[in-house]
Amino acid sequence: MAGTPAKAEDFAKAAKPALALVDLNKAYGALKVTDQVSLEFAPGELHAIIGPNGAGKTTLIHQISGLAGSDSGHILLDGQDITGLPMAARVRKGLARSFQITSIIPGFTGLENVALAVQARLGSSFRLFGAVSREERLNAPARAILETVGLLGRADLPAGLLSHGEKRQLELAIAMATEPRVLLLDEPLAGTGPEESAAVIALLRKLKGRYTIVLIEHDMDAVFALADRVSVLVYGRIIASGTPDAVRHDPAVREAYLGEEGL
Amino acid sequence: MTPLPEPSTTAAPPRPASRPGFVRREWLPIILFVLLALLPFAAMLGPEKYTLSLVTRVMIFALAAISLDLILGYGALVSFGHAAFLGIGGYAVGILAAHGFQDAALQVPVALLASGLFALLTGAISLRTKGVYFIMITLAFGQMAFFFAISLSAYGGDDGLTLASRSKLFGLSWLENDRFFYALVLALLIGCYALTRAIVASRFGRVIRGAKENPVRMEAVGFSPFRYQLAVYVISGMICGLAGVLLANQAEFVAPAYMAWQRSGELIVMVILGGLGSLHGAIIGAAAFLLLEEILSGYTEHWKLIFGPFLVLVVLFARGGLLGILAKVRGKSGGGR
Ligand SMILES: Nc1ncnc2c1ncn2[C@@H]1O[C@H](COP(=O)(O)OP(=O)(O)OP(=O)(O)O)[C@@H](O)[C@H]1O
Ligand SMILES: [Mg+2]
Repeated sequence: MAGTPAKAEDFAKAAKPALALVDLNKAYGALKVTDQVSLEFAPGELHAIIGPNGAGKTTLIHQISGLAGSDSGHILLDGQDITGLPMAARVRKGLARSFQITSIIPGFTGLENVALAVQARLGSSFRLFGAVSREERLNAPARAILETVGLLGRADLPAGLLSHGEKRQLELAIAMATEPRVLLLDEPLAGTGPEESAAVIALLRKLKGRYTIVLIEHDMDAVFALADRVSVLVYGRIIASGTPDAVRHDPAVREAYLGEEGL
Repeated sequence: MTPLPEPSTTAAPPRPASRPGFVRREWLPIILFVLLALLPFAAMLGPEKYTLSLVTRVMIFALAAISLDLILGYGALVSFGHAAFLGIGGYAVGILAAHGFQDAALQVPVALLASGLFALLTGAISLRTKGVYFIMITLAFGQMAFFFAISLSAYGGDDGLTLASRSKLFGLSWLENDRFFYALVLALLIGCYALTRAIVASRFGRVIRGAKENPVRMEAVGFSPFRYQLAVYVISGMICGLAGVLLANQAEFVAPAYMAWQRSGELIVMVILGGLGSLHGAIIGAAAFLLLEEILSGYTEHWKLIFGPFLVLVVLFARGGLLGILAKVRGKSGGGR
């Protein structure tokens, strides 16, 4: 990706953010889960959002992706307000996501799962005839993506039979197949064993720079190894945002969150 | 509590594309259709009129069951009001005939249009709900159609409407011939089977199948399942409406009872009995249901006392319905799986 800023400082002052959140709020009853969140994500940056359990990270991803509504505030994708759009429309505008709890179609093969996403992008899904499983226009791009994530050898297996780590990789492949500009990843390492997580981290490193990535992750080693910038969410509020180093040494962060992790 | 998506528990267990065994699964529908095509010749040796009429009825309900399997088996849309379409198709024939329009060339398009329209309107509302609510609301629409038919006093109201004759076919009275009628119903059954088979394997069908297993995932790749589900609901309703046209012709009679909720329940039972989500399972289910009904009701009027437990046993011990039992038997004797 030529022309994308390379340093965290550059990301911070990028003229036109790929994704911007402006005063976003959400409450579940009396519980404020997202509290005046404003963030900007520069094109091509990998921006990690960390925070303790229940901080509201997943809810924030739900709001950005459109799975959950927002009480107030705005979400801008490439400067365009998408706050009112349903999830599917946001995906078609280039905003894809993965889920904390793996969300694939277990009865479809890995190839079909990815080809489905290719199909969603290409359209013509009201076509009633022609065997979709043999359509190379869908299968060829799907196979290429499966190769990138390292699942090509398992492409014809029903996705429900894949190992947990493979399902996480498949979910990334599905998201990539929608050809997003912004990828929202909710704990892609959740529940993976050490070997599996190494594979997913390697994959994330491959994807870095190709997409603007918003990464939620509890694995601090992964976060500090991958992220250009880190924001810390506590009780729905962004308490710090900056380079990994700056955040690591931020006293408020240490007190609220990182201290217990012994960083 | 959290809105995190979880794959629906109704997801079918993954199964390999083809099964070993001495009869491949794909052959079963072909064998079925060949048997149905040969049956009229065998029927000549016995009570031909009775046999043809019974099996014609089986095929008509098989057509209705296929239309239900399309949305129930592939889309997990449990329509509990599907019999309404049988009634709409039937009344299209009956009402038009009462006004002197006896030709199928007019009746069939009107029946398809009416069932399609009914599906579009009721589907647009029902499909906004999920699960039990969808079942209840389709039931409610089915009952509305039922009571509407009862209120049609000009067309027999409660008692229904007797047709003067079967529909004409471009002015000809061919449908009066039981053999011809049988052949026509079989041809339509095969045609609709092929059509639905193609639909479930198409791009469109993939969207329907995906939305059945994980609707949130569908939205997360950019699909709004609603439009596709509405479209398949309309297609299903139209096929069932066609079955209604045939049913009215077979019985030469239409009545509100066509749309009774019990009838909708029977269609669901046929589909589950045969095996959900295979299309030809619906044919087997309809045949098993109607033939058992015919046989058992010959012995006792309380035949449902026997039929009920039988159903429970099939559902309990054969998760794939009769088709599942068949696959197991084949697996054992065929040496595979
Ligand atoms: N649908 C909901 N209704 C009510 N409360 C909810 C709902 N979803 C989430 N919450 C609450 O909102 C808070 C934030 O939840 P969220 O899942 O966003 O946290 P998180 O930061 O992703 O946590 P984790 O690290 O455990 O994934 C929690 O207290 C949670 O119980
Ligand atoms: Mg979470």
